[in-house]
Amino acid sequence: MANQEIKDKLIAKFGEQITAPSEPFGLLTFETSVNIISEVLTFLKSDTELKFNYLTDITAVHYPEKKDALGVVYHLHSLTNNVRIRVKVFIPTSNPAIPTATTLWEGANWMERETFDFFGINFVGHPNLVRILNVDNMTVFPMRREYQLEDPNRVDKKDYFFGR
Amino acid sequence: MSNFITETTPNRPVYNDNDPQGDLSTLNLGPTHPATHGVFQNVLQMDGERIVSGVSTIGYIHRAFEKIAEHRPFYQITTLTDRMNYCSSPINNMGWHMTVEKLLGIEMPKRVDYLRVIVMELSRITDHLICNGILGVDTGAFSGFLYLMEEREHIYEIFEEICGARLTTNIGRIGGFERDFNDIAFAKIEKFLAKFPPVLKEFEALFNRNRIFIERTSGVGAVDPETALNYSWSGPILRATGVDYDVRANEPYSSYQDFDFEIPVGTTGDVYDRFILRNEEMWQSLRIIEQAMEKLKKEPKGIFHADVPEFYLPPKEKVYNNMEALIYHFKIVMGEVDTPKTEVYHAVEGGNGELGFYLVNDGGRTPYRLHFRRPSFINYQMYAPMSRGMLLSDAIINMSSLNIIAGELDA
Repeated sequence: MANQEIKDKLIAKFGEQITAPSEPFGLLTFETSVNIISEVLTFLKSDTELKFNYLTDITAVHYPEKKDALGVVYHLHSLTNNVRIRVKVFIPTSNPAIPTATTLWEGANWMERETFDFFGINFVGHPNLVRILNVDNMTVFPMRREYQLEDPNRVDKKDYFFGR
Repeated sequence: MSNFITETTPNRPVYNDNDPQGDLSTLNLGPTHPATHGVFQNVLQMDGERIVSGVSTIGYIHRAFEKIAEHRPFYQITTLTDRMNYCSSPINNMGWHMTVEKLLGIEMPKRVDYLRVIVMELSRITDHLICNGILGVDTGAFSGFLYLMEEREHIYEIFEEICGARLTTNIGRIGGFERDFNDIAFAKIEKFLAKFPPVLKEFEALFNRNRIFIERTSGVGAVDPETALNYSWSGPILRATGVDYDVRANEPYSSYQDFDFEIPVGTTGDVYDRFILRNEEMWQSLRIIEQAMEKLKKEPKGIFHADVPEFYLPPKEKVYNNMEALIYHFKIVMGEVDTPKTEVYHAVEGGNGELGFYLVNDGGRTPYRLHFRRPSFINYQMYAPMSRGMLLSDAIINMSSLNIIAGELDA
């Protein structure tokens, strides 16, 4: 199944809500809004032609300079059509809430816990949203860009020393 | 009953009030238990020898690889991937190299692809050898494990010849290999191809029709394909349930499409099926290596990297003696070369399943964001739910046959 076909189907169903479609390295990518992400995922999974029945991964990316700074990224895979798709949802840091995908895939449970652990994204409806890899009494979300890996006063690894 | 683990952890399992008479006991299996082969903690609620419910606590060897990767240039991230699934590090290394090559649009020569296939299939064999050997130990048969360890040693000697390291290999570079395979390496591979089949046959003869082994493993941890897919399982344990998903076939990378091999699948998805399937995969890996060795003979000799001087680190002796190599070395190390501002997902079939690299690049010398899709992490989340109702000893062999590697679980 070609990417164009999938894109047409999605746009026919959700219209304006499907934004910024692109195909980096042949992998269809699009953004959607947090209000309809559950419906989009349900549609992708249950549509009889698309059959994106396999949840490959859930993760997040932090873009501090954007208004909606936290991007939640879903990778889905249609094993019958052998096609992958990437869905992105951007949510603000002030209210990082997004509906859970555990209602669709049991496997989303730990992926969402990991994403919560590192980015502080609140997956609404998740059965057990607690930290998974970090220590339990940690108060920050370490994968956000503002948390430095090393001493922030250290300058010898700054990009401008490398001509950038 | 509820205050059975320390108060510091909000991970405390919440049980139903199904123990009015206080008959159930709590068992902390792990974090360091000799039967779990790694740092795994499972807090189990036991009714005698039967598991009523359980909770997995993970993260004991979390090393924040994703954060570290954001501060390292591409070529320094290879060593991080080594330490994920350390039973088959070369697959991780190659997966990472291929991700970056995909990002940079580097076309690899066929000979490099075949050399990579050899290395990856050898490490798949080491991975499966460990898993099946340990499964034998856990069911009470130690000798099979010893036979297999000797063969694993031979594979490690091959790795040693290729890259100098054995376990955390850091094998290859972005754009190829750091040096060509020498004649000793090829001779060792040939020797392994000749010596390994009888050993594997003997190992299979020890187990496959062994009544004790069959009764111990068959029916244990059986999973149906729908549940396995729902839990995003991948790799041998998914194929044991009957789903023929293998990244090597679905999205061939590194010229896997040139090879003739089969994807074995199981029927019931129990421990016995996984064992048989891993053995069968080793036979298929041998087939692939044999074909690759044949194909290498037709390729021009001496090509071990792509011609991409702006991304492939030149050898040190050239850096010291050759102006151009020095310039490129400097440019690569200092991150002077522009890279595309885009994102890429690349998956390889690791020893345990689909090992994915999601790389978001902003054009700088380090990744903007790098996420590892680690099969052990995703496969392991079904362990506690599927242990319900199992005997403790069955849960132990179930964990062995899932082949969860602590380094990959916690990253």
